[in-house]
Amino acid sequence: MDSILPLAYILIFPGFLFLAVYGLFLQWVDRKLCAVMQNRMGPPWFQGYADFIKLLAKEVIVPDASTHKTMFRVLPFFAMAAVMTAMILIPVGRTALCSFQGDMVVVIYLLTIPTVTFFLAGWSSASPYSTVGSMRVLTQLFAYEVPLMLSLIGPAILAGTWNLSEISAFYAANPAFIPAQLLGFLAALIALQGKLERMPFDIPHAKNEIVGGQFTEYSGRLLDFFLLAVDMELVVGAALVNAVFLGGSLGLAGWAGAAMFLGKTLFVTFLLALLKVLMARIRIEQMINFCWKYLAPVAMAQVAFDIFLKYKLG
Amino acid sequence: MSKITIPLGPQHPALKEPENFMLVLEGEQISGATVNLGYNHRGMEKAAEGRTYIQNLYLIERVCGICSHSHTTTYITNVEELAKAEIPQRALAIRTLFAELERVHSHLLWLGVAGYEMGFETLFMYTWRDREQVLDCLELLSGNRVHYSINTLGGVRRDISAEQKAEVLKRIKFLEERTQYYIKLATQEPTVLARTANVGKLPYDVAIERGAVGPTARASGVARDVRKDDPYLIYSQLDFNVITHNTNDVFGRLVVRALELLESYKIINQVLNNLPEGPVAVKIPMRIAPGEAVNHYEAPRGEDIHYLKSNGTDKPERLKVRAPTLANLQSVAYMLEGGWLADVPLVIAAIDPCMSCTDRAAVWNPKKGKTEVYSWEDMRKLGIEHYKRRGVDFGRL
Repeated sequence: MDSILPLAYILIFPGFLFLAVYGLFLQWVDRKLCAVMQNRMGPPWFQGYADFIKLLAKEVIVPDASTHKTMFRVLPFFAMAAVMTAMILIPVGRTALCSFQGDMVVVIYLLTIPTVTFFLAGWSSASPYSTVGSMRVLTQLFAYEVPLMLSLIGPAILAGTWNLSEISAFYAANPAFIPAQLLGFLAALIALQGKLERMPFDIPHAKNEIVGGQFTEYSGRLLDFFLLAVDMELVVGAALVNAVFLGGSLGLAGWAGAAMFLGKTLFVTFLLALLKVLMARIRIEQMINFCWKYLAPVAMAQVAFDIFLKYKLG
Repeated sequence: MSKITIPLGPQHPALKEPENFMLVLEGEQISGATVNLGYNHRGMEKAAEGRTYIQNLYLIERVCGICSHSHTTTYITNVEELAKAEIPQRALAIRTLFAELERVHSHLLWLGVAGYEMGFETLFMYTWRDREQVLDCLELLSGNRVHYSINTLGGVRRDISAEQKAEVLKRIKFLEERTQYYIKLATQEPTVLARTANVGKLPYDVAIERGAVGPTARASGVARDVRKDDPYLIYSQLDFNVITHNTNDVFGRLVVRALELLESYKIINQVLNNLPEGPVAVKIPMRIAPGEAVNHYEAPRGEDIHYLKSNGTDKPERLKVRAPTLANLQSVAYMLEGGWLADVPLVIAAIDPCMSCTDRAAVWNPKKGKTEVYSWEDMRKLGIEHYKRRGVDFGRL
């Protein structure tokens, strides 16, 4: 029994199966919300699942010109594995499956791996569109990564711990501090939008400019797993923001905690969808300017405010 | 940084029609751009020579899917000029009404495309939803949404009733409110401003030098509008302004088109409220006396020119179409150079290109990667080989 339970955690909840099913569900929620906001019908609820199954059955084409064929094949699985590992450290109910001091840093690290695989995917495809796309992936990484980390540091300082489960427990116990994190919360949402490469930051795979960007040469199963990894990253990103800024499950465990988790991740997805429909895609250099000129200082101000609060309250 | 050459087209999500732009990139910036035409040659001018004047109406309407009325009106003006026909005022007024409704639907379509190319899908969805209103008007008046076929030799096919007039006026009023909203949105939304301001610069003198037409020229401060410069139909009796803008960029083109929409609503109101009485068509002989005629017309994309030569039979001897996109494409290469890769789709879209109208005669060889001119002998050899592979031998003929 002892050996089966961890396996169940990894494969079923909150590991692969839950992430895949919920990720594809959130993808539908996101698409449906955007559609409603844009005065369209939007897809039916099973669209994500249907697309996933259909792509699985499609032929995989590895380009002859690919610089590293093995790497080209394994990258999607690396991206997915990193995202799934991150999920194990993020509290779904009251605590995470595995938690230790400093796991927040590990999560940030693990969430950077998909971005790096996107870059390598584009680079190993050896097509001009992928090359430009992968250059943009890396450039964009330098724009949003620092504001994202800075905005996550603020709440951690105030809570006095680097453990995600403890951070969410702290805010569940002291909900008065949640509104004090508003600036950091907004900065984190915007940086997360950049990390997930969604409008207005979908610059690396802007279809009007560079077709499919880093994924141009991907097809069939490999593309499918990349897309699934992106959907899972949406769940993990929303869960991370929930754990750090919204107090996680607010101390509830079991079914109530799970319902809290679902409700809050849906709320974060709603905010991300709102960002998506409100704006036009910006240029890569405008994004870097924006992230360093406005987003990073805002996140920095939040850190300074948290240090001040911490000092004031002892 | 090393240079990468990126092909934009002939198959590319940013382009709705096959056309090729070779872009030399230094990082994200463009250091050189070449425009290659000729993927969409349909042999329309030649086809027109084999059809009667009335059959050609059907053909000419299909030169373009958006400015269908523009092309037939220019063509028909030539025919009527050669036939020395006196067209009733009511027919001319109805043609003017359709010309402006077409401009409205074309400009709203462009606004959506521009939104899509800058990654603003909400704007795209909204404008295309509202565009349905003007398409409904066109359907109500002519029975068709895009190819209205309202023109016929000597006048128009259908009259406008009082109920139709009231319905169109109601819908135009609604569109006017929506357009005001889009103007506000386009001039205030920060991301739209960031993507359009100072993008695709085309200074006044370059616009003149490269012969830009239509909204592309007007956004560079060139007050060029056939409706004012050389009034046709009933434009000389109407009160409207030529919109110009002096920012010379994509933002200017956006503003010019949006404000032109308001001018078009004004014209539609004037025409509908002062419709002259009388017949809507006169008879025109099947055979047209020998002669030549050239006419131009302000299509939504700019000046459209048709040349027609008749030889006394019921078929034209020669028809030449110069669509506005051909005039504007010369400016595109200039606008692209030195810009960002991200702006390419938007800059190309900003001239509102209509490639299938433009392509007439160029031959592009993708294997050798350059444009070639085939001689008659080469063409014949090519045709014979093509059919030989399919089991038919024309070589002995």
